[in-house]
Amino acid sequence: MKLPMTLSTGLSTAALLLGMSSHALAVDLEFYFPVAVGGKAADTIQALTDEYLAANEGVNIDAVYAGSYGDTVTKALTASRGGKPPQLSVILSVDMFTLIDEDVIIPFDELVDSEEDQAWLDSFYPAFMANSQTGGKTYGIPFQRSTPVLYWNKEAFAEAGLDPETPPTSWEETIEMGKKLVQRDGNGNVTRWGVRIPSSGFPYWLFQGLTTQNGATLANAEGNQTNFDDPKVVEALEYLVELSTEHGVMAPGIVEWGATPKAFFEEQTAMMWTSTGNLTNVRENAPFDFGVGLLPGNESFGAPTGGGNFYIFRESSDEQKQAAFDFVQWITSPDQAAKWSIATGYVAPSPAAWETVDMQAYAADFPPALIARDQLEYAVAELSTYENQRVTGILNDALAAAITGSKAPAEALAEAQSKADAILKTYR
Amino acid sequence: MMHRREWIYGWLFLSPALLFLFTFTHYPAVKTVFSSFFSTPRGRRPEEFIGLENYRTLIQDEVFWQVLMNNFWFAVGTIPASIGIALAMALWVNSRLKGRTLSRVAFFAPTVLPLIAVANIWMFFYTPGFGLIDQLRSGLFGLPAGNILGNPDSVLAAMIVVAIWKEAGFFMIFYLAALQSIPPVLREAADVEGASSFYYFRKILFPLLMPTTLFVSINAIINSFRLVDHIFVMTDGGPDNASSLLLFYIYEVAFKYWQTGYAATLTVVMLVLLSILAIGQFFLFDRKVHYQ
Repeated sequence: MKLPMTLSTGLSTAALLLGMSSHALAVDLEFYFPVAVGGKAADTIQALTDEYLAANEGVNIDAVYAGSYGDTVTKALTASRGGKPPQLSVILSVDMFTLIDEDVIIPFDELVDSEEDQAWLDSFYPAFMANSQTGGKTYGIPFQRSTPVLYWNKEAFAEAGLDPETPPTSWEETIEMGKKLVQRDGNGNVTRWGVRIPSSGFPYWLFQGLTTQNGATLANAEGNQTNFDDPKVVEALEYLVELSTEHGVMAPGIVEWGATPKAFFEEQTAMMWTSTGNLTNVRENAPFDFGVGLLPGNESFGAPTGGGNFYIFRESSDEQKQAAFDFVQWITSPDQAAKWSIATGYVAPSPAAWETVDMQAYAADFPPALIARDQLEYAVAELSTYENQRVTGILNDALAAAITGSKAPAEALAEAQSKADAILKTYR
Repeated sequence: MMHRREWIYGWLFLSPALLFLFTFTHYPAVKTVFSSFFSTPRGRRPEEFIGLENYRTLIQDEVFWQVLMNNFWFAVGTIPASIGIALAMALWVNSRLKGRTLSRVAFFAPTVLPLIAVANIWMFFYTPGFGLIDQLRSGLFGLPAGNILGNPDSVLAAMIVVAIWKEAGFFMIFYLAALQSIPPVLREAADVEGASSFYYFRKILFPLLMPTTLFVSINAIINSFRLVDHIFVMTDGGPDNASSLLLFYIYEVAFKYWQTGYAATLTVVMLVLLSILAIGQFFLFDRKVHYQ
């Protein structure tokens, strides 16, 4: 930290002496960003950054592609521990408590000094802010955000004698329609399943859709109390397990995330739950007519949000913090957010972005893009606690145990709750 | 005077290697042991000495024991099989068969390919429904789709198969080199004496290959702890830690959960295990190994 600071001050002093620059203090920012789904995300970030730099002299932003979400938080924390953090990074919204616990980020409120700033801070969808605020302060600004939706194969629906324009809207309908959609070959083996809810790696995310639909909350807003053993949570897990064991509408065992869109294209499944981040992929690759809808509800509709937020790091000079703040403000403003959303499929984080001309045109051309926005009304904060990776890891293990049949749902969740309690009690 | 000079030269020649060994191997190892007695520092809480607390956690950590068991079965599954297959392949491509070079290249290919890349391909072999294995199963035998990676009973076996496939070709190269250094007169003498091929292999070839077997088996043991790349790609240790191995778990604890103190403790366990295995192997095998 020391050396580059001295260097940059030295250089800018030299620049001043030579009368080369009207901006005496050029601000250098390092900005880490992750790419979760590949494709255009990296190019778009770079293009937006370049556009900002062209319009703002005296600021230098080094946009560094830092790998997956997991890699990015690892790199940012390692760099912070080494005393040389980035000034700015996009990291999963659920890592907020971890970053606070490590004391490496600052709340945006510290940098708000005008009514306009405050208005900008209030301009985002509340569903996204739920993951970005705690203790009355805003630590993250939503940017690379998504939510899971239901994709269905209209041709398969028509073939099964169902209305191709009407997806299931409730848990029961999923089962009823699913049974009609299941197809078997001559040997009685299933060749097409009714629905596919991926459960590999991080099953908690879609499971949180089910618990929200069932009226349960997995963790409190302070991030120090989980409700894994709530009867409604148990009921949601029983439903998920019974989709394969009782009703035979979903393949048994752990269902792979990565292979899910492919299974949908190959008509191995008539419906799938997956992220809006796949919209462009499905649009380009599905060989049949498909629909996009809200996740089916039970007590109500419900879904988690997901994806990444902007964070500003503590170990930065005041000028750097201010420059980072200005950049975040610019890139999340309606016009930029719309460009970003159209290029990637991520959900534009503020209502104003949806009002822009570009976004309106995009939505008119491709109405499924609107589903994600409409679902935000029912969306909740993605499960996030202190020691988040560990606590969600415990839930993931419990879900996997129940899905593979090695433990009963109630038993698995009760164990997970007591393990989570043991970790979180120090934060109460 | 002369002697002292040589002494200095000796150290000078050694110093570049020593510097690297100490910086990147010995110092971290010692630091790890040291860290295992401390709590994990968090932003607002510095690390503090907690004695054996981390080791107590370790004993009570179900996942640790599960992972250790997995690693045991992974070792049992990969070591003998990959060495056996390597030896068989080496004997085969050492004989005078047509297309020998091609088969050597074919057997060695898995070693050259990056594990991360091939793990992605293997994942599609294992994919339920439209994966290669399921296509064969349903196409040839009319069996229902399985879920190899999504089932805790089969996932570790699937990981073992990938590891054997990856390793066997590498070990084959060592056996092949060793086989070619064995003088052909031994074979001729055995033929004159009327020894059967199997007798020749059992009494002459195999004992002469023992130094290679020792070397290869030490490598195989190290690999059984080290080869975890494919787990990141294929299962992430799941379902419910059924395919998690010790090194993978250490990575998870250190860089996902950020419990660096506890991760150091796990690393110490692994270091001790590996040392015991390596030392034991040298003592055990040394008597049976015949160096030419």
